[in-house]
Amino acid sequence: MDDSMRQLDGNAAAGLLAEIFAFDITSAQAVCNGCHAVEPVATLLAYGLEMGAILRCPGCGHALLRVSRLDDGCWLDLRGMSVLRVSMTGLNGS
Amino acid sequence: MAGTTVPGRLTWTLASVRESIPETLGARTLVLDVPGWRGHRPGQHVDIRLTAEDGYQAERSYSIASAPDGERVELTVERLDDGEVSPYLTEELRAGDRLELRGPIGGYFTWEAANGGPLLLVGGGSGIVPLMAMLRHRAASGGRTIPTRLLGSFRSFDAILYRDEIERLAETDGELGVMWTLTRAQPPGWTGSSRRIDAALLAEAGWPPEARPLVYVCGPTPFVETVAATLVALGHAPSRVKTERFGPTGG
Repeated sequence: MDDSMRQLDGNAAAGLLAEIFAFDITSAQAVCNGCHAVEPVATLLAYGLEMGAILRCPGCGHALLRVSRLDDGCWLDLRGMSVLRVSMTGLNGS
Repeated sequence: MAGTTVPGRLTWTLASVRESIPETLGARTLVLDVPGWRGHRPGQHVDIRLTAEDGYQAERSYSIASAPDGERVELTVERLDDGEVSPYLTEELRAGDRLELRGPIGGYFTWEAANGGPLLLVGGGSGIVPLMAMLRHRAASGGRTIPTRLLGSFRSFDAILYRDEIERLAETDGELGVMWTLTRAQPPGWTGSSRRIDAALLAEAGWPPEARPLVYVCGPTPFVETVAATLVALGHAPSRVKTERFGPTGG
């Protein structure tokens, strides 16, 4: 199986992100700072996933979210997204 | 990690293995008892964490295959030869063993009968696992009136997951249509499809865009990208095509 077969997406980072967020962030819509595409966090491409993760735009490759688990806590870098829209009518994702 | 146990957030718990059932040559279903399980929505997954004697930990995500059913949770795990976790789960694990687990996880790739239809489920290989949870929930929850079509792509006839159960469901359910395509090997006399999923197959097996189906696509990345792009090219609204790359069943 080559690496492209193993490529995961934001769905697979949902557990890691649920350590930080009390709502399901993978259902939220993010605006990419690179190309301005609007994508659910679930569909971003996921890299890493063990000690942390990087979620990248499937369109332009820009890194929207970086999360690292370190001894002093979880470090979260959201500089790659300009807006995160969270639906208030179904925080569980519907 | 110490100190992250905040009420309402995701925490690890110990599940016990009730049964390990062979599905195909490379895949087994683990039937787990998860004390305190608060239920799940079809399409959600769990994280599994294994810890070696030297403290090394490996985490993987596995889709839930079962419909919500108390504290019983079923995962179907495909063995990857070079995987760190799946060989242990499929070959070493026995009834009575315990396993660190957290979930349910993910709110995007989920469907419940209340979401309605028509429904188109497109699965490649073990990408069918979360779709099976949707089919089982639909059958168990009075969702049988929701017109549903499943298009499953597998390498060979023997690799089809849940085939008997799905075909039995379809026999007694006029609103459920099932189509298989076998991309590498076909048994003698196979009259079904034998090519990778393309526009013609999606048009034949699925719904026209005018029917505004809810579409769920799960499989390896090249599969998901091709199917989703083809569906959008056929006229389906991107917002109604939900995708999940490989299960998520990695390693």
